[in-house]
Amino acid sequence: MEVGQMQRRLVDYTKSLFMEGFLDAQFLQLQQLQDESNPDFVVEVVSLFFDDSEKLLNDLTMALDQPNVDFKKVDAHVHQLKGSSSSIGAQRVKNACIAFRSFCEEQNIDATLRCLQQVKQEYYLVKNKLETMLRLEQQIVAAGGSIPMIELGF
Amino acid sequence: MESCNCIEPQWPPDDLLMKYQYISDFFIALAYFSIPLELIYFVKKSAVFPYRWVLVQFGAFIVLCGATHLINLWTFTVHSRTVASVMTTAKVLTAAVSCITALMLVHIIPDLLSVKTRELFLKNKAAELDREMGLIRTQEETGRHVRMLTHEIRSTLDRHTILKTTLVELGRTLALEECALWMPTRTGLELQLSYTLRQQNPVGYTVPIHHPVINQVFSSNRAVKISPNCPVARLRPAGKYMPGEVVAVRVPLLHLSNFHINDWPELSTKRYALMVLMLPSDSARQWHVHELELVEVVADQVAVALSHAAILEESMRARDLLMEQNVALDLARREAETAIRARNDFLAVMNHEMRTPMHAIIALSSLLQETELTPEQRLMVETVLKSSNLLATLINDVLDLSRLEDGSLQLDLGTFNLYAVFREVLNLIKPIASVKKLHVSLNLAPDLPEYAVGDEKRLMQTILNIVGNAVKFSKEGSISITAFVAKLDTLRDSKAPEFLPVLSDNHFYLRVQVKDSGSGINPLDIPKLFTKFAQNQSTGTRNSGGSGLGLAICKRVSRMVTKGLLLHLGCDVTMVGSSDECLRLVSHEHKVVFMDICVPGIDSYGITIRIHEKFTKRHERPLLVALTGNTDKVTKENCMRAGMDGLILKPVSLDKMRSVLTDLLEHRVFFEAI
Repeated sequence: MEVGQMQRRLVDYTKSLFMEGFLDAQFLQLQQLQDESNPDFVVEVVSLFFDDSEKLLNDLTMALDQPNVDFKKVDAHVHQLKGSSSSIGAQRVKNACIAFRSFCEEQNIDATLRCLQQVKQEYYLVKNKLETMLRLEQQIVAAGGSIPMIELGF
Repeated sequence: MESCNCIEPQWPPDDLLMKYQYISDFFIALAYFSIPLELIYFVKKSAVFPYRWVLVQFGAFIVLCGATHLINLWTFTVHSRTVASVMTTAKVLTAAVSCITALMLVHIIPDLLSVKTRELFLKNKAAELDREMGLIRTQEETGRHVRMLTHEIRSTLDRHTILKTTLVELGRTLALEECALWMPTRTGLELQLSYTLRQQNPVGYTVPIHHPVINQVFSSNRAVKISPNCPVARLRPAGKYMPGEVVAVRVPLLHLSNFHINDWPELSTKRYALMVLMLPSDSARQWHVHELELVEVVADQVAVALSHAAILEESMRARDLLMEQNVALDLARREAETAIRARNDFLAVMNHEMRTPMHAIIALSSLLQETELTPEQRLMVETVLKSSNLLATLINDVLDLSRLEDGSLQLDLGTFNLYAVFREVLNLIKPIASVKKLHVSLNLAPDLPEYAVGDEKRLMQTILNIVGNAVKFSKEGSISITAFVAKLDTLRDSKAPEFLPVLSDNHFYLRVQVKDSGSGINPLDIPKLFTKFAQNQSTGTRNSGGSGLGLAICKRVSRMVTKGLLLHLGCDVTMVGSSDECLRLVSHEHKVVFMDICVPGIDSYGITIRIHEKFTKRHERPLLVALTGNTDKVTKENCMRAGMDGLILKPVSLDKMRSVLTDLLEHRVFFEAI
């Protein structure tokens, strides 16, 4: 596949992510921050996000598995997850976290468990998407092309 | 008897009658012959005689008549025919000449008579001319007298000398008995005898001014004959002699008090002095017209001379006044200088004296800040500190301004590289400008000299001030600095009317134009721009825009993103992962510390307090900014109370970070509106 075609595929893919709500404008900000002095910025941030989120989700799972759930701690974790997901623009994850937090306040175990599942699901989805996107980018760069800038109308 | 040709006379020669006739004829002949001789003699003597030929004619006539009578002598006795014929010839000739002469005399006698009349006429004419010559000579002499008098009068500017000389010269020229000058008194109601010719020191003799004779004299500019009985004319003790004729003339006086050049008086002053001239008592002399004219002329000259003297007096007075004023001004200037020096000394001392307690306040307030305080107390201390800093800046400004005002601000002149100054300004301003994403361009005109003589530091200060303002007040866009040599016609500024540019070979006017795309200045405020303490001027904002911004951030992903934002904006970023690391690494080089306050395990408030403790001097302490996703007011209040300088809501976009940094650097505080 030649570069132009790959680039077009990337653009379409990225656009679909935005359309489907996986990513929001914050992700664009991240992309803007990537320049010659910081060529791997997005990759680095996304990787960091993945690491952090995995850890947080593990902690959350463990915390909710306890007989006496420490909702404060759970809330703290969710809060963090919400923070990092909003930082990189993982919209659906962020929204799930918000819902999670409100149930934490209510101290509703069932609801929180359900939310946890929701969050996990969203997380894995977005992880998948982002990994695909990044792989596409890598291919383009390997083929000698440049990553096209996304112009979105919203 | 022989017959002869002789002619016998009719009568015998011895007859008595014949004898008498013979004698008469002889004498006639004698006379007739002598007359021409006499004529010739006298004509020869006189050079002028127009009718010579007449004389000749007449002479011929006379001679012939004489000849006739002479020949007649021979006819008394018997005479020959020859004698008779000779006689006849003579008679005929005589007859002819006589007739001609008679005829001629008809012509000549009227001529001769008219000669006589002409001679009489000429004699009369000559007499007349003589008289006129006499008059002219008199006049010329008078003129000489006047000139001499005038010269004498005008040769001095002293009033007294002028008048005395006038009288003396007049007296001499006109052979006066007495000559006097009456001056009006101060009140103007009387005339006082001021100068006389003969009397040395006239007693203060006064005469009221409203006298018909005096009025008459004053009303005309001619010399007027007055009666010797008039009070002004009674200058001599009444003697047995008949007093001589008296003449009086007015002398206009110029009255000046403070030169009023614009309304130069045309003798509307109506102040006159009176000059009285008296001819010798017992002479039959009368005032001649030319003498009166002389008097009038002299009076005018005296008036002129007196006015000159008056002007001189006035100008001397004015000059003395000016000198007094000069002295007074000099004194005032010296006093003012002393006052300024005293004020400067006072200011310097006060400045120092004011700074000491100021420093105490600031230092102790800072120390107080680091102690345990309730949030209210902390706020109060903060306010005290802020105010004291402002006051300290104001004190500095006052001293600088006052030195600038009275010119005791010395300019440090030296040769420097003008281009380098602009480059330096550009270097200093670039970091801040790039933080604000402002594009700065420098445009130096080709005719701008590279080296100039002046106060480099102050020039840079000034340019930096203006450019700094441009950067400060522009939120976006570009700033352009243009420097060029100003031409004279472009220098006239209606907003600065006292600025009068001067052309010189060794100097040039540097024009620096700074254009920005900022909010601009309200046109109403423009006049106030360069007046101190005007309301819209920002005082005391001293922010050194450093070249690097140090940050300490404490959270992973958002840390990363924030770091990325900052790196993109051109800041130096230090990332830390824990409170201890943060406290260890934070230094006065860091300008801002960004803290995510909702991260568990990190006590942001604790860090805040510790940092406050670590940096006692406020300007060394980094600004502490909280990053939070929390949108409730409580968080904001907590942050403020803890002593943070700012709060931002996540997520932070690039633009947001840019404006936050700008605001932070400018105001040292930024609390996002929640």
